Amino acid sequence: MQTFDLAARGLRELNQTLHSLQGTTNQTAWEIVNTKGSHSIAVGVDAPLDITVQGTTGYYCAGMNKQATIRIKGNAGPGVAENMMSGSVIIDGDASQYAGATGRGGLLVIKGNASSRCGISMKGIEIVVHGNIGHMSAFMAQTGALVVCGDAGEALGDSLYEARLYVRGSVKSLGADCIEKEMRPEHLAQLADLLKRGESDANPADFKRYGSARKLYTFNIDNAAAY
Amino acid sequence: MCGIVGLFLKDKSLEPMLGAMLTDMLITMTDRGPDSAGIAIYGGAGDGAGKITVQSANPLVDFANLDADLHDSLGVPVLMLVKSTHAVLEIPSDQMDAARSALASLRPAVKVMSAGDSLEIYKEVGLPRDVAARFDVTKMHGTHGIGHTRMATESAVTTMGAHPFSTGPDQCLVHNGSLSNHNGLRRELIREGMTFETQNDTEVAAAYVSHKLKSGMNLGQALEAGLEDLDGFYTFVVGTKDGFGVVRDPIACKPAVMAETDQYVAFGSEFRAMVNLPGIETARVWEPEPATVYFWNH
Repeated sequence: MQTFDLAARGLRELNQTLHSLQGTTNQTAWEIVNTKGSHSIAVGVDAPLDITVQGTTGYYCAGMNKQATIRIKGNAGPGVAENMMSGSVIIDGDASQYAGATGRGGLLVIKGNASSRCGISMKGIEIVVHGNIGHMSAFMAQTGALVVCGDAGEALGDSLYEARLYVRGSVKSLGADCIEKEMRPEHLAQLADLLKRGESDANPADFKRYGSARKLYTFNIDNAAAY
Repeated sequence: MCGIVGLFLKDKSLEPMLGAMLTDMLITMTDRGPDSAGIAIYGGAGDGAGKITVQSANPLVDFANLDADLHDSLGVPVLMLVKSTHAVLEIPSDQMDAARSALASLRPAVKVMSAGDSLEIYKEVGLPRDVAARFDVTKMHGTHGIGHTRMATESAVTTMGAHPFSTGPDQCLVHNGSLSNHNGLRRELIREGMTFETQNDTEVAAAYVSHKLKSGMNLGQALEAGLEDLDGFYTFVVGTKDGFGVVRDPIACKPAVMAETDQYVAFGSEFRAMVNLPGIETARVWEPEPATVYFWNH
């Protein structure tokens, strides 16, 4: 286990050190201490590392992650795991705005609550939230899956494309073109797998599925005159 | 972008450290707002004395014999403590209105930053570290306080455009965001008798809250009303003589974090601002909900 003291050595050295491990390394286990809410911790990692961030983080922690498993032992600030490509990010506490925004792959697990715009414009990332999510979550979500074990805020899935949304609790309101959909066996199987990987013991049968009504983003010949 | 910090103490033993704790929080928020900074501190109320904090671009000229001149004009004892470009005048509470009129004629160039029983406001253009040092904020005692680091978007980078804004006795407000209906609202508030020093959007929000408080609402009710009437992006932190309030607009894209322990309630634009507070490791930390009013009273 390598321990990196962020307060003593600074952010640039941290990220440079992690980036230099691209390729083959036997230094795969890292612990980052003295985070003090700093921004951009462990951004752009591209190696199969196991990184534990001890404490709360500021903006953009674990952004653009590829391959690494990054655990945050505290709360995460805005934009955690933004544009993640692969690997996983696990947050013990809450996540602030736009967690997992634009993510293309990988798994984001939030053990607490996520605030507004969780999974906005997601493009393939899988997100499992043990608590609640805030308003405008999964706005323009293109593909991937968002699982919410608690409640969802206003305008869930507004202008949604093909992402799948699973919510166990209440949904304050659905956004434009987002509707409740039938939960078929393949969805239950996908949800069970996501819950297992997301370290949740929730029962898939308790969830509802939401998705796109496909009326907003598909071309409708009746509207041809409008173009 | 701007930075906001706030601290409302529940534990009296922390009161001597209020200025030092707020200064540390404020400096951490420098990169959210390096062009100006301001701080409002509530402390030392009582004994029938009121305080007026004034500011001058020419303190050597304007503050020379100001206490004696006010004493001659009002016929009551006046104490003055000069701190750089600001001065705090202690005046019997029943003479506050008379003192403000006298000030306007004795020193027309002097600006009133705050007036009331316990509030003092210090704000200037410059880095937060330099502004706090200039006014010796670290040595100040108090029950609660609010700080702001400004990155200007809506009006000029001037002392009067810095936050906090005070538009009523012992009232102040700081803002991260921008309002879109402030010009119309300013005209309405002027008709209602409110006065304005700047073209700044935040001053309108401050005057709006002051106007509501004047009409008999409590701080929570005034902030609830604001959710209907103020259009734009905002996270506001508001102080009154014994209260401390927080509200975010319904979209809530301007960041906010709060922490509460048995000793204090703290506000920061980012968690970074709160990392050195005592007991923060075990504090209840949360993000205030959109369109939800939070307020505490002593």
